[in-house]
Amino acid sequence: MQYQTFKSALSCLLLTVVAVSGNSMIQAAEPPAPPIDFLAEDVPGDAGTAIDLSWTLSPDDQPDLKPRKVLRYVIYRKEADNQESKYENIGEPTYQVNTFRDSNCKTGTPYLYQIEAVGQEGLTSAPVVIKEPVIASLQWFNQQREWFAVFVVLICGSVIFFIRLARSGKELKVRKIAGLEAINDAVGRATEMGRSCLFVPGIQDINDIQTVAGITVLAQVAETTADYRATLEVPTSRSLVMTTARDTVEAAYLAAGRPDEYNEDDIYYITDEQFGYVASVTGKMVRDKPAACFYMGAFYAESLILAETGNSVGAIQVAGTAMPTQLPFFVAACDFTLIGEEFFAASAYLSGEPQQLGSLKGQDFGKLIGGLLLIAGCIIMTLSSIQTQGATPENQKPTYLQSASNYIIQNILGKGGFK
Amino acid sequence: MKRTVPLFISAITGFVLIGTAFIPKFVDWGNDAMAWFNLLAAFAFILGGGNLLKMQLQKISAQQPGWGYAAVTLIAFFVTLFVGLVKVGVHPNVKFPEFAWSGDYLQEDGAFWWLFEYIFTPLSATMFALLAFYISSAAFRAFRAKNTEATILLIIAVIILLGRTYASVWLTGWLPDEFILGDSGIKYSDFNLQNLSEVIMENFTTAGMRAIKIGIALGVASTSLKVLLGVDRSYLGSDQEV
Amino acid sequence: MLDFLQHLDRRWIFLLMFIAVAVPLIMGTTFPEVPSDQVMAVFEAVDNLPDGSNVVMALDYDPASQGELQPMASAFTRHCAIKKHNIYFMTLWPQGISMIQNSIGILQDEYPETYKGKYGTKYVNLGFRAGNEGVIKLVVEDLKKSYSTDIHGTNLDNIPLTKNLKNIQQVDLLCNVSAGYPGSQEWVLYGSSPFDIPTVVGCTGVQAPIMLPYIPDQLTGMLAAIKGAAEYEQAIINAYPELESNPNAKEGLVRMGPQLVAHLLLISLILLGNVIYIWERKQGLHQ
Repeated sequence: MQYQTFKSALSCLLLTVVAVSGNSMIQAAEPPAPPIDFLAEDVPGDAGTAIDLSWTLSPDDQPDLKPRKVLRYVIYRKEADNQESKYENIGEPTYQVNTFRDSNCKTGTPYLYQIEAVGQEGLTSAPVVIKEPVIASLQWFNQQREWFAVFVVLICGSVIFFIRLARSGKELKVRKIAGLEAINDAVGRATEMGRSCLFVPGIQDINDIQTVAGITVLAQVAETTADYRATLEVPTSRSLVMTTARDTVEAAYLAAGRPDEYNEDDIYYITDEQFGYVASVTGKMVRDKPAACFYMGAFYAESLILAETGNSVGAIQVAGTAMPTQLPFFVAACDFTLIGEEFFAASAYLSGEPQQLGSLKGQDFGKLIGGLLLIAGCIIMTLSSIQTQGATPENQKPTYLQSASNYIIQNILGKGGFK
Repeated sequence: MKRTVPLFISAITGFVLIGTAFIPKFVDWGNDAMAWFNLLAAFAFILGGGNLLKMQLQKISAQQPGWGYAAVTLIAFFVTLFVGLVKVGVHPNVKFPEFAWSGDYLQEDGAFWWLFEYIFTPLSATMFALLAFYISSAAFRAFRAKNTEATILLIIAVIILLGRTYASVWLTGWLPDEFILGDSGIKYSDFNLQNLSEVIMENFTTAGMRAIKIGIALGVASTSLKVLLGVDRSYLGSDQEV
Repeated sequence: MLDFLQHLDRRWIFLLMFIAVAVPLIMGTTFPEVPSDQVMAVFEAVDNLPDGSNVVMALDYDPASQGELQPMASAFTRHCAIKKHNIYFMTLWPQGISMIQNSIGILQDEYPETYKGKYGTKYVNLGFRAGNEGVIKLVVEDLKKSYSTDIHGTNLDNIPLTKNLKNIQQVDLLCNVSAGYPGSQEWVLYGSSPFDIPTVVGCTGVQAPIMLPYIPDQLTGMLAAIKGAAEYEQAIINAYPELESNPNAKEGLVRMGPQLVAHLLLISLILLGNVIYIWERKQGLHQ
């Protein structure tokens, strides 16, 4: 908060300076002063293809000068150990920019860089060359992501640990998810009324993990419809989702012991186009009046159109999605909604397999770690900001808490790694 | 066998791609995998498109209820395909005037552009506009003060709805730009509806969104792991043949 | 009466909504808007650039969301045109090509002295590239790896505006108008955030809560839905009063009239729904 206030005050000040000096004119065109402190260094944690350049802006590159004395900078590069190599233009960053990443380097080749400031009428400053050649070197492990790797190992490790624990026979308790309990009732009602069930697996392709989660719920829904001998229709908006859904439903009917009742034509492709798909599905709903509608997958603006149409034909509706923007619409228009992680938990819950339930425990452990880190981070940041408030400018040595908060920002959340 | 091989492929690919996130040299593999997927999905359209044609033709030949719609679908499909492929009404590219088909298929005044501009655009906009009607019927039905939480939700909804229009100026624009209690730092005008709606969006909504997102991220991680480890195989179908 | 309301046919509500939107739209009622700080941040990001700066205009939306997003795309285009900026159009949505054509239409019809016949020197249309965020990752590092030619098939090395442009990091501002995926969030995650490219976005109302956390560090500012577009139009009109007489420059402002009446209708419907609910509860229907 304090930082933002400071920042907005600074930008106000800058704006005032710009406004006040708006009328000042400079004299006849002359070459601008060159930039200073031109530095180059290998980009850490990359494949040895990039070098970062930085410089201090030319003294003539002032934000308040109109017309500008510096219009842009031109950066040149040449291979240091190649006698025939000449300086070539590799980029032209604009005024007020003091960094540039050259991402077209050959690994292990020493390069020399040169920079010039360009002013009015194409006049250029004296060139500035870096002192020593720089080499882009290859790193096999991206050290900037060390902390990220720790969290990946911790969370994935806990999921795997709990899956193994469940496999070994340890009983795991999972709370009831009302939306999933409702699936059986909905299918039962559809059977009684002699109407069909409609399953919409979202509008994204199978590479979206939400679609995969939707398909795993479909497997359970299909088993229930097979049990009850209800009709299940699955219109899809992607060809690959159609083929996957067919395999899944076929397997579910087989598992339920009713392979003869599986009809491939009930799972069909409509169109990739979002609203064309919605028009077709809602049209079908109005004509066929399904008794139960399931929306499980990734949805966008069509969520409310589908759910309201389903509601108007009197269907019981269960939705599940991890699209935060569409959750409110589903909550408003459906009987039950699986919110975010509940949706991902659904297949584990429905399957009842202990090892799948184990993955839920792992997920909870991840949440515990996340929660603890959030609280610890909040406390450290709050306390250190209180300390900073009282500190005088002379007392520059950072306190223990301030170094901790810096470490969190730069190393854990930033790109500092373990350093 | 039908399930083991795909499972093996997905496990290897998945874990390798997780690893490449930490190995700069292979970081582009993820993009390559994505390109492969796009290729696969493009070819899979043959399956989907074929299925679409089959279903519509079946409806027409069996004269099922609503077979007229099927006919419209088929006609629209083939007209668009023909117009786009043959580039009806498209002028040749100025650089290659001797090649009749060198123009861009979406060129302005071409037949495909005409279909896009005067049929596809208004139809899409109409479907999107339906949201205004559905949101009103959903609001009428679902926003009821059934309990304390629902009542809070209702009040906040009204504040945001008013705060996003000129009604906020009518109703609370008169609040003076003065501090409430001497130097408290809080002004009367902070309580006008536009400010309140911004405070709600920036603080409460953002905090809630972040919490939901953390949960979702963990759900994604655990679901992906289940798929890669083969704990959840339901998406793969059955090993047996029907 | 209450009995009628209790079983109210949805079509009555639809009719009311139709009237609530159509009447103010036909009458062209507008209300004065006061640009919020967030909108002013967007305005200043475009306005504070010196005339003739380089701006990338990434228009990632389709005809369906045109109703909500076209006003802000037009306003961005007009504002850049007033400032005589050099504009690079591109899109990650196949349907976005037509959206770019709309903006180019504005440049040529309303600002012919700056842009008519200046293709390649004042503006360039890079068109559509498939690959979603993959394209963003490429254009921020090396534009020509993803776009070797513009939409007309001309090599980028033969176009004055793109001849020396190595990547998007070199431009002065990135304006993105987006209706979903891929869009604003991807531009922030893979473009502006890792490379500190000054970025402003315009997005639909439902996307706004997702983008809010990125302001002000990763995002300079955001226009959210029609309200944001209307405020931005007002900010431009305040600074350049000559636009006051251009009805096209008030697309968003004109849509605030229907928005006001529609929101009031929604509130009335919510209240009515609750009156019915309380009445039903008194009758003992909710036990």
